[in-house]
Amino acid sequence: MSGAAVSFRGVSKRYGPVDALADFDLEVKPGEFMTFLGPSGSGKTTALNVLAGFTHATAGEVMIDGRSVGGLPPEQRNVGMVFQSYSLFPHMNVFENVAFPLRLRGVAKAEVARRVGESLDMVRLADLGGRMPKELSGGQRQRVAFARAVVFEPPVLLMDEPLGALDLKLRQAMQLEIKRYHAQLGCTIVFVTHDQGEALALSDRIAVMGEGRIAQVDTPDRIYDYPKSRYVAEFIGKTNILTLEPGNAGAVRIVELGCDVPAQGALAEARMISVRPEKIERAAGRREGLIDFTARIDEVLFLGDLVHYSAVLPGGGALLFQEHRGPGATVLARGDTIELGFLLSDALPVSGREAAATAVGA
Amino acid sequence: MLAFIRRTWLLWPAIGLLLVFFLVPSLDLIQASVMNPDFTLEHFERIADRKVYLAVFWRTLQVSLIVAFLAALVGYPIAYFINLQPRKTQFLLIFLIFIPLWMSVLIRSYAWMIVLGRDGIINTALLGLGLTEEPVRLLFTSGAVYFAMLQILLPVQIVTAYSAMTEIDMDLMRAARVLGARPWQALRRVFIPLSLDGTITGAIIVFMLSMGFFITPALVGGRQDMMLANLIEFQVERLNWSFASALAILLLLGTVLTVIVIRRLGNLITRRIA
Repeated sequence: MSGAAVSFRGVSKRYGPVDALADFDLEVKPGEFMTFLGPSGSGKTTALNVLAGFTHATAGEVMIDGRSVGGLPPEQRNVGMVFQSYSLFPHMNVFENVAFPLRLRGVAKAEVARRVGESLDMVRLADLGGRMPKELSGGQRQRVAFARAVVFEPPVLLMDEPLGALDLKLRQAMQLEIKRYHAQLGCTIVFVTHDQGEALALSDRIAVMGEGRIAQVDTPDRIYDYPKSRYVAEFIGKTNILTLEPGNAGAVRIVELGCDVPAQGALAEARMISVRPEKIERAAGRREGLIDFTARIDEVLFLGDLVHYSAVLPGGGALLFQEHRGPGATVLARGDTIELGFLLSDALPVSGREAAATAVGA
Repeated sequence: MLAFIRRTWLLWPAIGLLLVFFLVPSLDLIQASVMNPDFTLEHFERIADRKVYLAVFWRTLQVSLIVAFLAALVGYPIAYFINLQPRKTQFLLIFLIFIPLWMSVLIRSYAWMIVLGRDGIINTALLGLGLTEEPVRLLFTSGAVYFAMLQILLPVQIVTAYSAMTEIDMDLMRAARVLGARPWQALRRVFIPLSLDGTITGAIIVFMLSMGFFITPALVGGRQDMMLANLIEFQVERLNWSFASALAILLLLGTVLTVIVIRRLGNLITRRIA
């Protein structure tokens, strides 16, 4: 089985005066793992529902494998789907649940048995065909739901927060499983989640969404390292947003730190910069080009190999930074005053208008 | 012991009530049916000997089964329709369904007499339209009994089936659709099997209530529509407590056995349909 391309062309969905989805444009490549990432109400689920055929777009076109599917009901789109609540049929056993899509397609009995067996093998539940859904653990239900969604070899698989109901350990294990399935099946996966860690770990590309629009589409590392807007920077990982204002000639002033930096390139235009906590270090070594400042440690979150700090700046603002505990590293204590710094090259200008999605097309 | 008391004390009022007002009278009933004044089975022998009692028993069973079946048949689509409405509309519709339940069965049966009578609405309309020369005989017929009982008991069926349907996760229907089911296939293979149990429960309640009906058959039915409860009432009026008890035992046993059979059959159908 191989994946099919999925395209959204100017898709909008309006509920009364509310744009659940506005002018949504996206090309998903065949076999790609694409994640819609956003908080609730960001439009990610609406986009998925339009693709599955549960709701119809107010405007625009959705295409699977180059064919418009706007007029097709869900059963004719030939897409697999895994629901957040698994939605296993409670009156059918595991085998019958997985066989359901095959029976509807009129697959011969022996072939049904063979393919259900293969699917259950893939999710390592070959022995549980006779169990009823309520006799399974959460992780097992999740895997049955997955087997059921792919048993008919759909070119596109939709997953709607499939790991949301699992506890942390199981969620991480299932992430690895899903990666394995994807590699094995080669189908296109459209995955919806509000969990940025999940999105970073699984996806080929991520579409960060907010208020019915795409804020940014890119690969996980680029989304993390080069967020275009404050919204994306803050949604993916933790970050510090610092405000800029015009400083002395040829410089801009970082307001929170009270220091001037050369107004080079994008910095000259920007009104905010984003600095990731892991890019800030103790400035004792006086590394060349470090922008340094004094701060007082306010909170210490000790994680063993990693320590998260919250520091108070002289101007009163808060700053997050974190340290890996390298050789000989000490742990700071609350109340310590410390010199910190970061490289200007690690400070990323982000677009200033706080609201989501304004960076689209910028 | 103390732990046991602490765990169960909330149940005691209910158990006490059942003991005093249900179990004791039931045992009393059984005792009365086999005593005259010493132990005897003469009342049951009389039931077996005189054909009329068993005939009325079978008719009662037949009427109740048909009413329960019709209630399930008519009530299911209504419950389904209500379940499809937005939340607020659902509450309104269920409220409307409940209204007749607050009126006495007696009043609702009288209402049917007015509707079906010689000078009732239906006959007046038929005569007025010239569709018939003479008033049609509608009242005091078996049809009137079925119709009135169905109308009176339908809310029970609808509400029971509806509440079972609200338990069904509608994502299951979406799952069925996206996995390849046309709307009616999703209905038949997922929704109906999952709602059948509640529907059968509703039909069983309707059946049990029907078995004890006597006001409605007495008011809108003819002599031939007498039900077992009418006979019991007749015997009670004549202070034949023992014989009335024996008839009541017959009614109870018939009801319980039939309910068991319906349940079994229902489970079989549910499994077959899935």
